Amino acid sequence: MISFEDWSCPVPLRDTPNVVAGHGGGGAMSADLVRHLLIPGYGDAGGTADRDCAVVEAGGARLAFTTDAYVVQPMFFPGGSIGDLAVNGTVNDLAMAGATPLYLSAAFILEEGTPLADLGRISAAMGAAATAAGVRLVTGDTKVVGHGNGDGVYLTTSGVGVVADGVEIEPRRAAVGDAVLISGDLGRHGVAVLSCRENLEFGTTVASDTAPLHGLVAAMLATGADLHVLRDPTRGGLAAALNEIAAAARVGVELTERDLPVPDGVADACHLLGLDPLQVANEGRLVAFVRPDHAEDVLAAMRAHPYGTGARRIGTCVAGHPGMVVARTALGGTRVISMPIGEQLPRIC
Amino acid sequence: MCLAVPGRVVRVSVVDGTPMAEVDFGGVRKDVCLQYVPDAAPGEYLIVHVGFAIQRLDEESARRTLDEFTRLGLLEEEFGEVP
Amino acid sequence: MKYLDEFSDPDLARSLLRQIHAATTRPWALMEVCGGQTHSIIRHGIDQLLPEGVEMIHGPGCPVCVTPLSVIDKALAIAARPGVIFCSFGDMLRVPGSGRDLFEVRGAGADVRVVYSPLDALGIARDNPDREVVFFGIGFETTAPANALTVHQARRLGIRNFSLLVSHVLVPPAISAIMESPRCRVQGFLAAGHVCSVMGTSEYPSLSQKYGVPIVVTGFEPLDVLEGIRQAIVQLEQGRHETRNAYPRAVPETGNPVARQMLADVFEVTDRAWRGIGTIPGSGWRLTERYRDFDAEHRFDVTGVHAAESALCRSGEVLQGLIKPHECAAFGRVCTPRQPLGATMVSSEGACAAYYTYRRVAG
Repeated sequence: MISFEDWSCPVPLRDTPNVVAGHGGGGAMSADLVRHLLIPGYGDAGGTADRDCAVVEAGGARLAFTTDAYVVQPMFFPGGSIGDLAVNGTVNDLAMAGATPLYLSAAFILEEGTPLADLGRISAAMGAAATAAGVRLVTGDTKVVGHGNGDGVYLTTSGVGVVADGVEIEPRRAAVGDAVLISGDLGRHGVAVLSCRENLEFGTTVASDTAPLHGLVAAMLATGADLHVLRDPTRGGLAAALNEIAAAARVGVELTERDLPVPDGVADACHLLGLDPLQVANEGRLVAFVRPDHAEDVLAAMRAHPYGTGARRIGTCVAGHPGMVVARTALGGTRVISMPIGEQLPRIC
Repeated sequence: MCLAVPGRVVRVSVVDGTPMAEVDFGGVRKDVCLQYVPDAAPGEYLIVHVGFAIQRLDEESARRTLDEFTRLGLLEEEFGEVP
Repeated sequence: MKYLDEFSDPDLARSLLRQIHAATTRPWALMEVCGGQTHSIIRHGIDQLLPEGVEMIHGPGCPVCVTPLSVIDKALAIAARPGVIFCSFGDMLRVPGSGRDLFEVRGAGADVRVVYSPLDALGIARDNPDREVVFFGIGFETTAPANALTVHQARRLGIRNFSLLVSHVLVPPAISAIMESPRCRVQGFLAAGHVCSVMGTSEYPSLSQKYGVPIVVTGFEPLDVLEGIRQAIVQLEQGRHETRNAYPRAVPETGNPVARQMLADVFEVTDRAWRGIGTIPGSGWRLTERYRDFDAEHRFDVTGVHAAESALCRSGEVLQGLIKPHECAAFGRVCTPRQPLGATMVSSEGACAAYYTYRRVAG
């Protein structure tokens, strides 16, 4: 029997001289790119640059600070657009540190020839999302690249928020015994985007779950519970989020497969294309690691919030198999939920 | 090999001389080539692989198989063994 | 999804498992030939729930895995040509040739596109008359009808800028090759359900007789796989070796005659190299003379490309059930799903990748 403990990837950076699509997939290749190429380049100035959101001290306040780039094809999809994602995604990165989001910036890279009407729709979506989230878009930038050098609109948003004293939410705080909670069902965003991607188009009623989650987090914090970790399972899905947490805290995660909420439309699309719903992106869900005796209170608070009505417990943080995520199957066997590697690809077999 | 899933024919058509169908996979809809099951009618279930219907799904046979599984299970409960 | 969910019912699965346990009196080594069944076995943890000593050997049933290195090198060479749009099923993109994969060729500027169906590639050819569109036509008998119709359509509609890089493989010759290997341990087969949906079951009784092995045509959901295993074990326990169909809802005895007729028109049998196994006589299809103009190997003159397989990789032995994936020195060290050395680590259904990904955690 091989031991999976202390396994590390034998080849730290995939042996390719150039950037490939998988480097942006949110899985192991993305993580390696940051850890083994970017952070070493930053040297002493780097530090915490491998986190989705940093909490820093400034002028006596605890500030959460994050930035995120949005490259979405297509730009408009069922349930939203790149504009909604750019606001909600950055709001959520701040929220996952327990912060109250306040101000956002937006930088556009526009391809020549992109209809201004599209840009108008995107900016209106951003405004509506920011208003709904209670944040303000206070600064920004625009640049234009030649026709053929971009996919219409690339968008980068940065955000700042404040973190209350006593709030310490980060992946390495996951502790053995923690209840693992999810705020709702899985895979809606990824399936919605795939359904209108060129050469894969299919009809579906599944729409993106894109939503701002800081209100939900505030409701969870208001219970007084000790929230150890919060994470939005975006690119790479729940599989990537849980693997990152398991690795950061050196704990195991055990899921019960029949408790994982995968809606029929997502399950069906995944069957058709041969995808694993646990690796499909979400944009309006969070996973929480909570002290077990606080779990019921937190779940009740989540279910009372509009973005947490589908909240449920999906697993437990365990001492066995540190760094690994394992699911108990409906038949009573087990399977390992691995870190996705790169892009999600439809399979024929 | 060969990820193929059952779907229900919603409507049939002919495109460029090739029989096609819109097929419903539990809510997910996809255009499927009917060249190999040309007489498939709306309501029927097909086995679909890479956008092609490769076979009809025999619903009666599916029911029989499930009934057989159930029957074996009941025998096992009743007699503690199976034939 | 209807007809999938019913065949995943945990209560009925547990009942079938109890029946398998009740029927088993001694160890048996079964091989599922199909990668989809491998996936299902590992994905649902079925192998952990079988009686002690009943072993599932994961056979060479993943078309992505068994596509030989030299064919992938040909694909890479064609994709890198200026003016080419190279289309492929998604799982082929990560398969390394000698040095690179299609992702990297795309990263270096090639136009490589993932399609769901080969007909989508034909649509791309039609929309881009000034480009050469090549589809990577891999797969077993299940996928071949789709590729056959696509090239037939191209010919019928006069779409001359479309061609097919063909690497089709066939199941029955692979079963023969496995049974004739001197170290063969396989005592019974689960045959690939969807291959039989196309080809029917007539090729298998003679194999059951010749090699004295039960062959059970099996589906892909947990209940289907368990029923296939149950029927194979019941036969073995009773000293029988017959071909049986445990997937009748999708497999009529005659398969799909319309599809087979198209296949006979478009393809002819040829020797084919299998990655990690070697050349198996009569185990593949290539385009017939009538369609030779649509053969990408000829159109792009890559017939001379050859490549040597990795010396470290023991995927051939894994595919034949002679060793388990972790018994290979490269497994998990220089060979991982993200840096696959050989056939069986390449696809998520390859025996090594499945083993790496889903292997049970504690004993």
